[in-house]
Amino acid sequence: MTVADAGADLRHRAAEFGLSGDEYARLVAGLGRQPSPLEAAITGALWSEHCGYKNSRPLLRRLPTEGPQVLQGPGENAGVVAIGHGLGLAFKMESHNHPSAVEPVQGAATGVGGILRDIFAMGARPVAVLDALRFGPLDHPRTRYLLHGVVEGIASYGNAVGVPTVGGDLAFHDSYLENPLVNVMALGVLPVERLQSGTVGQPGNRLLYVGSRTGRDGLGGAVFASADLSGASAADRPAVQVGDPFLEKQLLEATLAVIEAELVEGVQDMGAAGLTSSVAEMAHRAGRGVDLHVDRVPRRERGMTPLEVMLSESQERMVLTVRPDRMEAVLAVLERFELDAAWIGEVVEGDRFRVLDDGRVVADLPVALINEAPAYVRDHHEDPAVTAARETDPDPEMPRDLGAVLDTMVAAPGLASTRPIWQRYDHQVRTDTVVAPGAADAAVIRVKGTPLGIAATVDANPRQVRLDPYQGAVLAVAEAARNLSAVGATPLGVTDNLNFGNPERPHVYHQMVRAVEGLRDACLALGTPVTGGNVSLYNQWRDGDDDRAIAPTPTVGMVGVLSDVRRHATTGLKRAGDRLWLIGETLDELGASAYLWHVHRLEVGRPPACDLAREAAVQAVVRELVADGLVDTAHDCGEGGLAVALAEMTFEGGIGLAADVGAGAAPGVRPDALLFGESASRIVIAGPASRTAEIERRLAASDVPWSVLGRSGGGDLVLRWPDGRLRRSVDDLRARHEAPLTEALA
Amino acid sequence: MARMAIAVVLFPGSNCDQDTVWALGRILGAEVVEVPHTSADVMGADAVVLPGGFSYGDYLRSGALAARSPVMGAVRAFAQRGGPVLGVCNGFQVLTEAGLLPGALARNDGLHFVCKDVHVRVERAAPPFTGRAARGDVLRLPVAHHDGRFVAGPELLARLEGEGRIAFRYVASDGRRDPAANPNGSDGDVAGIVDARGTVLGMMPHPERAADPLLGGEDGLVVLGSLLDALAGAAAEATA
Repeated sequence: MTVADAGADLRHRAAEFGLSGDEYARLVAGLGRQPSPLEAAITGALWSEHCGYKNSRPLLRRLPTEGPQVLQGPGENAGVVAIGHGLGLAFKMESHNHPSAVEPVQGAATGVGGILRDIFAMGARPVAVLDALRFGPLDHPRTRYLLHGVVEGIASYGNAVGVPTVGGDLAFHDSYLENPLVNVMALGVLPVERLQSGTVGQPGNRLLYVGSRTGRDGLGGAVFASADLSGASAADRPAVQVGDPFLEKQLLEATLAVIEAELVEGVQDMGAAGLTSSVAEMAHRAGRGVDLHVDRVPRRERGMTPLEVMLSESQERMVLTVRPDRMEAVLAVLERFELDAAWIGEVVEGDRFRVLDDGRVVADLPVALINEAPAYVRDHHEDPAVTAARETDPDPEMPRDLGAVLDTMVAAPGLASTRPIWQRYDHQVRTDTVVAPGAADAAVIRVKGTPLGIAATVDANPRQVRLDPYQGAVLAVAEAARNLSAVGATPLGVTDNLNFGNPERPHVYHQMVRAVEGLRDACLALGTPVTGGNVSLYNQWRDGDDDRAIAPTPTVGMVGVLSDVRRHATTGLKRAGDRLWLIGETLDELGASAYLWHVHRLEVGRPPACDLAREAAVQAVVRELVADGLVDTAHDCGEGGLAVALAEMTFEGGIGLAADVGAGAAPGVRPDALLFGESASRIVIAGPASRTAEIERRLAASDVPWSVLGRSGGGDLVLRWPDGRLRRSVDDLRARHEAPLTEALA
Repeated sequence: MARMAIAVVLFPGSNCDQDTVWALGRILGAEVVEVPHTSADVMGADAVVLPGGFSYGDYLRSGALAARSPVMGAVRAFAQRGGPVLGVCNGFQVLTEAGLLPGALARNDGLHFVCKDVHVRVERAAPPFTGRAARGDVLRLPVAHHDGRFVAGPELLARLEGEGRIAFRYVASDGRRDPAANPNGSDGDVAGIVDARGTVLGMMPHPERAADPLLGGEDGLVVLGSLLDALAGAAAEATA
């Protein structure tokens, strides 16, 4: 059978389909003939970075993906780890950066919708959303516009669909001005026997299209997401999709209902490149062919071409694989949820992905060829300016008033309270949110009907990764695991969202290589395999005559489990009279710190060192103290250092503290580094005086450094060091901490 | 004694329905029946709860479409017979849209969705919803809404006040009226009202979210538990 429209050499139009000249030649060679325009477009979409990971695949192979807890590694809609009690935890993070840059409200909203579908496609009920957001300078009007829109988008979608937004991470850096990052992570829980696959299964099975009708929105989104943002991007608005959380909720309930009734053989979300990638991937996983009748796809408007239907990224659509004898039962469930459904294709023997329009074959492609995008390994080297900045010894002038510096730091963008954001998110729906956003280093939700808790966090520090992509990635993984340990959770797995600029530039590709090496080493050392994630490249923008790439941002999403959720720790001091300890050691490290940037406008130096064996030991002892009910207050020392961490511990309950920040420091550390240095592997804990002896016995038995910092009480934060001290009222510091985002979002 | 059942109505887009079922059924041990929006009756239940969420996506006005769904005819008839009906958040919006409660719920004065714990003062301590409370008690309950600003106008507000139909007011933690404690700009700081008979309650705060100490409090059980008490009392009367 011949393919209509095939025959003409389309090489001169390759770029239109998102293919390079060489990629076009590869397609012709694999096909043994010239492709039709539809075939070229299908292949271009599947070989885009967004779907085919052609620039990142060779790097991603280096990541550890296995562990006894892993039930599903990379390659499906989401990863899944076992959490006990016969349950699995599905989780994944995905970016919606480019759509959010063009239309922040819908860009962010549909980012939430897409990641939720990945979770329930696995058979899991979504239980939580977290978001990692990156913007340019907070005082810039464009940042205000984007921040307003993104928060509105996440709120409008997540709140309506009824999945709580329980946490996140917010950072500001000049490099994100035109190209913000919106990385959304979702979690879901499932009985392990209900784990699904995005597969077409056996020949004879039918493909059922469910959900929203297909429109022209989101056309070419996968290619759009894989291209630079330019002045022309504003004209790309049709590439941004519009979300319908009400339909999503119906789709969620219906999908889980057909899975629970064991009526389907496979489930797949229609995400990037829509119908094309979902069906092609499902066929590839099963090693089967597919006949897809494009004329049967429900449409929103007349006159859509097969190409438009195949590449539309209209939201809230799924593909189900159904055995013929179960069609009726599946349709009855879908009817109950008032969802449109259409039988759009069959699974066949062989290896062809065929698209038929009214019985006419309009595309006939080998499944393996289109699913196996070319992979590029590129030459790379570091930008000499980055090397020079990293090798610059940060030796800023010592501020005369370190108390005033603390005032600045607690209100600095990225350190200030995010309450004004998360109060716009429904963080309580489902009545499982044990720890409210901002109250601890990680979100904690319970699993009803079991004693279990699930903890989750997202982390990446743009300054650290920019100055040293390897070390920045190591520190992101270490901090994520530390955040989980600080609430008492055992880290189980990672989803990574790799956000970089144009990989064809050697400096950018170098960042990717080094960041992935850092992720690999840290994930191996901390026992947290990577079960999936997302790559977002070409995050860059035109600044006059220059191309500006974003700071490399390997966002780490990590999940963990608490065997008894009642035993967890939060940041805020609970009682006056508690003893405070520092677990870990403060070194003379100021490189890449928030302090250098916010106080001295310097982005130089080496990020803090991180001994991963020490890191694991620090985390283990804190987890044990929390799990045994000895400690209910713990806080990671992260961005802003020990002084900011201690200040944050006073805010929730309004209980002050007095501490010697020189305790637990190496000799000769400068006072600003004692207060604001960001040495890794440090956690502050607090426990009641009655348990002091037992806590210290445990600490002494461990092989991690620890020291007594001081005591909680009073209404002030009092910090001492060898030749100085500062005193601040908790109420005053808290007011400063709350103000910046309240004002920015007003 | 006859076992009393509470209906939780499921509208498409409701998202607090299962939370409500959990609080009533698993925490308080009540018998719960889930009633679909297409139902022509309340399935023999002795009380009805309209849960929170975004019924039908709230695409026209919050609660407007749900108020015209088939099940609401049954709920209306049930309320007219004096059956207790509790509407929480979107359920409150449905009750005003259906005309079972006066006033309206408009966009918050801050124009944004707000999700946080607030304090409300019990202004009416009476069965079937606040029998476990004393007048003046302060409860800590979460709110989570975009359209929670109760609009009544001075005349209606005075009438509700005069007839003792204001059930809850937003207050500071010590029970004082304070404009800063009103999360949405509601007229008269009103957080919940009852109908003329006192058997239909609409409230914006979520009692089902404050039903477990692990999640930070159980003040919501004052409301849900009072409803159970009232049903138990009615059952005892029927048996006697």
